[in-house]
Amino acid sequence: MKILVCISHVPDTTSKINFTENDTKFDTNGVQFVINPYDEFSLTRAMWFKEKQGATVTVVNVGNASTEPTLRKALAIGADDAIRVNMEAVDGLSVAKQLAEVVKNGGYDLVLAGRESIDYNGAMVPGMLSSLIDFNFVNGCIDLEVDGTSVTAIREIDGGNETLSTSLPLVIGGQKGIVEEKDLRIPNMRGIMMARKKPLNVVEPVAAENATSITSFEKPAPKGTVKLIDADNVDELIDLLHNEAKVI
Amino acid sequence: MSVLVFADSTEGKFKKSAFEVVSYGKKVAEQLGSNVVVVTIDANSTEELYTYGAEKVVSVKNDSLSIFNAKEYASVLKQVADAEGSSVIVLGSSIDVLHVAPLLAVALDAGYASNVVALPSSTSPFTVKRKAFSNKGFSNTVISTDKKIIGVAKNSYGVHENAVSGTTETFEASIAESGVKSEKIDKVTGQVTIADAEIVVSAGRGLKGPENWGMIEELADVLGAATACSKPVSDLGWRPHGEHVGQTGKPVASNLYIAIGISGAIQHLAGINASKVKVVINTDPEAPFFKAADYGIVGDAFEVVPKLIEKLKAFKQA
Ligand SMILES: Cc1cc2nc3c(=O)[nH]c(=O)nc-3n(C[C@H](O)[C@H](O)[C@H](O)COP(=O)(O)OP(=O)(O)OC[C@H]3O[C@@H](n4cnc5c(N)ncnc54)[C@H](O)[C@@H]3O)c2cc1C
Repeated sequence: MKILVCISHVPDTTSKINFTENDTKFDTNGVQFVINPYDEFSLTRAMWFKEKQGATVTVVNVGNASTEPTLRKALAIGADDAIRVNMEAVDGLSVAKQLAEVVKNGGYDLVLAGRESIDYNGAMVPGMLSSLIDFNFVNGCIDLEVDGTSVTAIREIDGGNETLSTSLPLVIGGQKGIVEEKDLRIPNMRGIMMARKKPLNVVEPVAAENATSITSFEKPAPKGTVKLIDADNVDELIDLLHNEAKVI
Repeated sequence: MSVLVFADSTEGKFKKSAFEVVSYGKKVAEQLGSNVVVVTIDANSTEELYTYGAEKVVSVKNDSLSIFNAKEYASVLKQVADAEGSSVIVLGSSIDVLHVAPLLAVALDAGYASNVVALPSSTSPFTVKRKAFSNKGFSNTVISTDKKIIGVAKNSYGVHENAVSGTTETFEASIAESGVKSEKIDKVTGQVTIADAEIVVSAGRGLKGPENWGMIEELADVLGAATACSKPVSDLGWRPHGEHVGQTGKPVASNLYIAIGISGAIQHLAGINASKVKVVINTDPEAPFFKAADYGIVGDAFEVVPKLIEKLKAFKQA
C-alpha cells in the first residue's frame, strides 16, 4: 500500500494570534509551528499500517521553505520520504489541486489528511482532493481498517457514529479516534538522526488559480469582565440568565 | 442567477440550522437583487421553510437518499444548482454538510468559504467574514469565482422569520454512483446532541470522578441541555468521547454554555468561544475560565450544582 499523508504546518494551539501589515498578514513572530493536530492522528495511523501490514508512507505539504522543519518532524516520526510543493498556501481549492498532482504522479492508494487545519479551519482540502482525483472519501474518520483493497471506516455523525464500507483508492479526513491521543508518536533521537538522511523533495507547483483570498484579519472584540455571583445566591444567576442574557 | 440554499434535515425533519441558512440566504438574495430557492433532500414536508422566506422550494426525494451519502448529495445539489442557474449556494455547517460542501465546490468549480459568521460585507468583490485560528480571529475573504459557496457557521446569523407564501416543486435527480456505503448507524437517541443544543452543560476534572455525573445530567435535563466535558474527562473514560469539546474535540456554538469544574485552558476555550453566553462554576477564583465567562460563581460544584438544580426546577414550574 502506498500512503500519502497531508501535513499542514500550523501555529501551536497555545499561540497568541496577532496580525501585522495593517492586519493583512498573520504575525509569525514568536510563534511555534507544529504538525496540525488532526494530521498528527492520521500520520500515526499511517505508521500503524506501515508496521502491521506493510506500506510506504510519504508526507506532503504545500508551503514555502519555512514548513520544512514540520516535514522533518514527520520524517522523524517515521515517514519514509517527504514532498514539499513550493507554493504559499492561501486557498483550499488551489492547495487541493497541487495535492491532486502529487497523488497522480506518485500512484498512492490511500491519502490520509486531517479533518481541518487549526489555523484557517477551512475543512475543505481532503474532500476537494478526493473529487479532483475521483477517490472515495470519508470525513471525520474515527476508525479505519484496510484489508486488501476493502476498507471499513467509522465516521462521526451528530449524536453518534456511522460505519461505512468502501474501497481503495481513498481519501480520509481524520480526527482523534483514528488513533487515540496516548498513541501519538513523539520523535526520538534515532528518528531525528534518521530523518536528516531521508529525502525531502521540493517540487514546483502546477498552474492553479486561487478561488478565494484573504484581504484582512480581525480579532474578536474584547470581552467585558465576568459578573461574579455569590455562591449562596444562585437565584441571582437564574434571574440574570432569564432577564439579562435571555437564554433560559 | 438565484441564490440556492440547502436546508439540511435528518430523518425527514429540518435541523434548526436549516432555518438559519434559509434566513441568511434570503438576505443574500436581497443584497444581490435576486431570488432565493431552497433545496431539500428527503424532507417530510417543506412548508416550515416559507416562514423564513423560502419563496420557492425544490424537494428531492428518492429512497436511496434517505441515508446521507456525501457523493450522492453533492451530485443532487449540483443538478439543482445547474437547473436553477444558481450563482451563490448557501450551506450550513453540520457534520454532513461539511462532508458534502468540498465535493460540491469541485463539481461546480466554485470558491467555497466555510465558517462564515455574517452577511457578505460587499457583493462586488464578494466578501465574507469567516472564523479562523480556532475562534481566536476572523478573516475577511473574497470569493473570486463565478459560482460561490458560503458555509454559514452555526448560530452565527440566527433564525429570522420572514413569512412568504412559497411554493414547492419536486425534482427528479439522477443518483450518482457512490463508492461509499453505510453499513450501520449508532446514535444515542432521546438525548440532545451537542451540535444542535441551545444549552450545553459541561463538566471537567473538577468533578473528581464519573460517579459524580448524576448531578450534571440532572442539571442538563432540567434545562433541556446537552451534556459535554473537557478532554481529560473523556481521556480518563469518565465520559464518552463524543462529549469532548474543544480544539481537538467538538465545537460548541450554543446560546448558553455552563462550565463546571473546568479550568478554561486555551484549547478548551477554542472550542466554545462561539457560544453566546458562558457561565463558569469553579472553586479557584484564578481559573482562566473566569476571563472568558460572562457570569461566574466561585464555589464548590458539589454545593452549587444541587442548589442550582433545585432553584431551576422551581423557576421552570413558576
Ligand atoms: C494539543 C492539545 C489539544 C487539546 N485539546 C483540548 C480540547 O479539545 N478540549 C479540552 O478540554 N482540553 C484540551 N486540551 C487539554 C487542555 O490543555 C486542558 O488540560 C484541559 O482542558 C483541562 O481540563 P479540566 O479543566 O477539566 O481539568 P483541570 O485542568 O484539572 O481543571 C479542573 C478545574 O476544576 C476546578 N475544580 C476542582 N474541584 C472543583 C470543585 N469541587 N468544584 C468546582 N470546581 C472545581 C479546579 O479549580 C480546576 O480549575 C488540549 C491540550 C493540548 C496540548
